[in-house]
Amino acid sequence: MSQEKKYKMDIEKIKSDFPILQRKVHGKRLVYLDNASTTQKPKQVLQAMHDFYVYSNSNVHRGANTLSDEATFAYEEAHKTVAKFVNAYSWKEVIFTKNTTEAMNLIAYSYGMSFLKPGDEIILSEMEHHSSLVPWQQIAKKVGAVVKFIPLLEDGTLDMKAYKKLCSKKTKVVCVIHASNSLGTLNDVKTIAKLAHEQGAICIVDGAQSVPHMKVDFQDINADFLVFSGHKMLGPTGIGVLVGRENLLEQMPPFLFGGAMISEVTYEDSSWNELPWKFEAGTPPIAEAIGLKSAIDYLNNVGMDMIQEQEHVLTKYAHKVLSKIKGIHLYGPDTSKKLGVISFTITGIHPHDVSTILDRHGVMIRGGHHCNMPLMRKLNVAGTSRASFYLYNTKEDIDILKEAILDAIKVFR
Amino acid sequence: MSYQRNEVLVHTEEEQLYKENILDYYKHPRNREQLSHPTIKHRELNPLCGDDITVYLEIKGNKISKATFTGSGCAISQAAISMLTEKIVGKTVDEVKKITKEEITKMLGIDISPGRIKCALLCLKTTMKGIQQYEQEK
Repeated sequence: MSQEKKYKMDIEKIKSDFPILQRKVHGKRLVYLDNASTTQKPKQVLQAMHDFYVYSNSNVHRGANTLSDEATFAYEEAHKTVAKFVNAYSWKEVIFTKNTTEAMNLIAYSYGMSFLKPGDEIILSEMEHHSSLVPWQQIAKKVGAVVKFIPLLEDGTLDMKAYKKLCSKKTKVVCVIHASNSLGTLNDVKTIAKLAHEQGAICIVDGAQSVPHMKVDFQDINADFLVFSGHKMLGPTGIGVLVGRENLLEQMPPFLFGGAMISEVTYEDSSWNELPWKFEAGTPPIAEAIGLKSAIDYLNNVGMDMIQEQEHVLTKYAHKVLSKIKGIHLYGPDTSKKLGVISFTITGIHPHDVSTILDRHGVMIRGGHHCNMPLMRKLNVAGTSRASFYLYNTKEDIDILKEAILDAIKVFR
Repeated sequence: MSYQRNEVLVHTEEEQLYKENILDYYKHPRNREQLSHPTIKHRELNPLCGDDITVYLEIKGNKISKATFTGSGCAISQAAISMLTEKIVGKTVDEVKKITKEEITKMLGIDISPGRIKCALLCLKTTMKGIQQYEQEK
């Protein structure tokens, strides 16, 4: 069997696992190209969550009954699955949050408010998502720290020479997005972490757009924190992940107070539970954790290397096809330096009008600033149109995207 | 505002969604200029999509004598404010204040999906807030 055929067969099997891909929009086959926003869910994930609610639903860590034991076991297994997936040192370093944003706020509030002093410097990149930019910007104001930005080069990659110059003994926190949600740029976070550590700073990696699409190894990157979201990797909404180094998590105060995160409580004071529970106050997202575990099992089954390779083939194809369209402008680096995100504008058509016309063709893309308002200003656009791929997308999807764009140009001519 | 999703219209061709007159107002906007001495000048944004409208109104004897705008954004937001500036000239301030959201969608003459309704109504929001501020300061 040729490689080409095997690849195609796998895609057909994968597509059949996603019930939503059977639906039609405005009478057309759904072409879902908004995966950087959120991804679709395979029936295996839906089934796992369904089964939990139907057979085992109970609260966790509230023993001692059969249902609670089952729920607790499944919930802890989810931590272990995540830990193995990103190669964390231990599953106790895996904390479940609501989403990437909450994970970042946890670090900014807990670490930032405790350890940053006036004059300390926080380095972000110019392509940070608002989920990192806003928390650090606001915590900096509270503690009197200074935020500095790694500039973007013309080709949409980070200026690493400028980064080296920004790093100093004043640098305490470096927070960088692994893969840009609006340009797709894949950043060299391993080198970024190394330089941060040389100055005694901690390094946080926003993996929301990388962890779902490639093998990300927490130990190899050697960062201090890695954050990402379940819903961008076939899992449900309502669950995000913070992976952190145990020694830092031990030093940091809790972010949210309440049930489950305590060791002992008196009317006067409280002490904190061990990791990871110290950072998981209240009833956690149990069914969501089970859904996320199932999503990771699914991804592992296909293989992260395979997923990255397939998406790379698609991205190259999309670049080739779209760049031929007259009046289109593509943003971001060469396909060798990015993941499966294509950001573009069309002369004379606002990104929202592009989205609306594409929608009539059954093609779902995102139009707007992608939670990157300062970056859009820098690119001198109000926003862009963005197509982003995942393992269930095909070259045919991109052909339909192209036809829809040509139609939009026709309407606005 | 009650918004009824019209399934029949949603399935129409995109040419009808972006009716000729909307595209015409977008490509050849009427009243797209600054006024040097406006009675009211007010700017509003749609933070999520970046639509940006500044409205300029000149009021003489409680009537809108001139209405213009500047701004940027999608075809729907920019066509809507252009049409609205034409619509309100000659009306009294009280008459303008009575313009409803339904009248704006009727003015545009297209079916607007829930995701785009903010684009269509930014013109009204900008005008109303401008008038509100003017009356408070009076």
